[in-house]
Amino acid sequence: MKKIPEQGVSRRDLLKGAAAATGLAAVSSVVPYRFAIGAQAPVKVGILLPYSGTYAMLGNSITDAMKMRIAAAGDMLGGRPVEYVAIDSEMSVPKAPQNTSKLVDKDQVDFLVGPVHSGIAAAMAKIVGARKSPIMVVPNAGANGVTGGLCAPNIFRTSFSNWQPAYPGGTVMAKDGHKTCVTIAWKYAAGREMMDAGADAFTKAGGKVIKDIEVPFPDVEFQAYLSEIAALKPDAVFAFFSGGGATKFIKDYAAAGLKSIPLYGPGFLTEGVEAAAGEAAEGIRTTLHYSADLASPGNVVFRGAYEKATGRSANVFAVQGYDAGSLIVQAMAAVKGDTGATADLIKAMEMADFSDSPRGPWKMSKAHNPVQNIYLREVRSGAQKYLSVAAESLEDPATGCKMA
Amino acid sequence: MDFSTFLIQLLNSVQYGFLLFLVASGLTLVFGIMGIINLAHGAFYMFGAYVVWWLVGYTGSLTLSILLGVPLIMVLGYAIERLAIARLYQRDHLYQVLLTYGLILILNECQKIFWGSNFYSVPIPGPLSGSIPLTENQVYPVYRVFISIVCMLLAAGMYLLIQKTRLGMTIRAGASNREMVQALGIDISRVFAIVFSLGAALAGFAGMIGAPISSVYPGMGDQILIISFVVVVIGGIGSIKGAFIGAMLIGLADTFGKVLVPDFASMAVYATMALILLWRPQGLFGQTVH
Repeated sequence: MKKIPEQGVSRRDLLKGAAAATGLAAVSSVVPYRFAIGAQAPVKVGILLPYSGTYAMLGNSITDAMKMRIAAAGDMLGGRPVEYVAIDSEMSVPKAPQNTSKLVDKDQVDFLVGPVHSGIAAAMAKIVGARKSPIMVVPNAGANGVTGGLCAPNIFRTSFSNWQPAYPGGTVMAKDGHKTCVTIAWKYAAGREMMDAGADAFTKAGGKVIKDIEVPFPDVEFQAYLSEIAALKPDAVFAFFSGGGATKFIKDYAAAGLKSIPLYGPGFLTEGVEAAAGEAAEGIRTTLHYSADLASPGNVVFRGAYEKATGRSANVFAVQGYDAGSLIVQAMAAVKGDTGATADLIKAMEMADFSDSPRGPWKMSKAHNPVQNIYLREVRSGAQKYLSVAAESLEDPATGCKMA
Repeated sequence: MDFSTFLIQLLNSVQYGFLLFLVASGLTLVFGIMGIINLAHGAFYMFGAYVVWWLVGYTGSLTLSILLGVPLIMVLGYAIERLAIARLYQRDHLYQVLLTYGLILILNECQKIFWGSNFYSVPIPGPLSGSIPLTENQVYPVYRVFISIVCMLLAAGMYLLIQKTRLGMTIRAGASNREMVQALGIDISRVFAIVFSLGAALAGFAGMIGAPISSVYPGMGDQILIISFVVVVIGGIGSIKGAFIGAMLIGLADTFGKVLVPDFASMAVYATMALILLWRPQGLFGQTVH
């Protein structure tokens, strides 16, 4: 092997450059505060969301919408500036406790926003609930336990419980005249809880689940299962997948010629995948706490603002992030920025007003989970079409929660 | 399971096996011949898928996009080999693992910067978008059959390249005795650069041709990487024939595992690997470790 000559840039040069860059960054971040003598310390908002992998789109949507809501309040929380500390959750449950304690102990955040993944949510809730601080706001993960068995005064959710969007889906499927169904979902907490809720409602309405298929998470090789469904010939299929996996499932389902068996599911199955799944997604009926075409003024304004800020169309994840931002803004305004007044802060969060939320009016339940409408939607010409309210002001049973 | 269902599942297994072979063959080539554990192989696969999606947006043709995309990935692979990998041949495997792991992070970040974190889909080209009826309510996409045929041709092509050409001979010689080949006046480092970029191109090509059925999304490379390593280890490191048989076995284990023992579906693949390694620690077609 020939010897590799030294590169033009030496280590010292690199260090110099780095130092200069840091200096520049430091100056620019210091300047605005120079004039605000006696300004209060910033409110620290910790974020633990996925920014890589299959669910990166979800993490980005939530973060952008939440920051947009806080920016609309002048980037101030109760008169204090805001500082974000974000960690990529990498969708790793084993890393969840470590990431949580980094934000809670090292960065000492006042609010902890996250996560997307139900398994991570349970790990975070155990830590944060036991310490009684900081205030945790869950902008997606639906694990029933977070506002059930693990519920705590300092844990709030602005999204849904897994039970909520799935249960009405089972009812709708029976109402559409289907007698038998196959359920198929990724084998992890969210998939299990949604399938159980859907199957429960379907059975109660007189239907029969002839097979429950669990797909190892995050496997996306569905061909074997699709052949199985074709052989079983159910009246309908009830499915939960999300993100890239949902796109692939919907496309494979159509490519296997199974479109003659109608596909149902919690709304995540088709959320944000309409464009990528194209023709294959047509006619899929789902139930969710949001539909992009809701005509409420709150939704129209929100969608316009989000598209202007990010260049992308808003989805349900953005709505959940937006309401998480709204919850924090409202509560901090109520306590005038005093994060130490925990009892008042929690009370303000319980009373927060979501009458003009993009998803339609909702309020916090005693278990700190949204009491909200669940809508029936269908994909038509590549977009969600709102059909009806599948369940009005649906409250999660909050099984095992002592506050409820 | 009746006989027709069994046949359909067999078809599913073989088809999945072909897809795996496409990715694993590049990995085994680089791993076996150059002795490099290339963790970034999955990232090339992901890059291939994104590149083809991006090119299809301009050209509107999958074939043209693949023809343009493969050289792009080859150049990327060549550059990475020259700039980074080439400096670590003399080092321990651990250094290579660290380096190629770093490459995963960099390539994933590049993907985010260039194309964002949305998921996309690539349309199946018109003439191949049909389907073949299997049973009264199930059809088989023609495109999946097409992929299998392409894989078979590619496997044959690789066999000819490695076994019958002068380049193949040099590659094999370089793998077994590097110093001797150098002493004979062959620039082995150039040969290795070619092999590495070929390996990258194979992964990229797999991502491209698979894009219409797999969709294009962040993290798609990480999933395929692990299963590809399983294939390579089962088949025997460095053996193209082994990668082929290994891919088919894993296709079978995965498909029938899902159908017959659904509760242990995620384990079926690894159980198969463990059994084979107990029987032949060097893999099915591996040379005994020297």
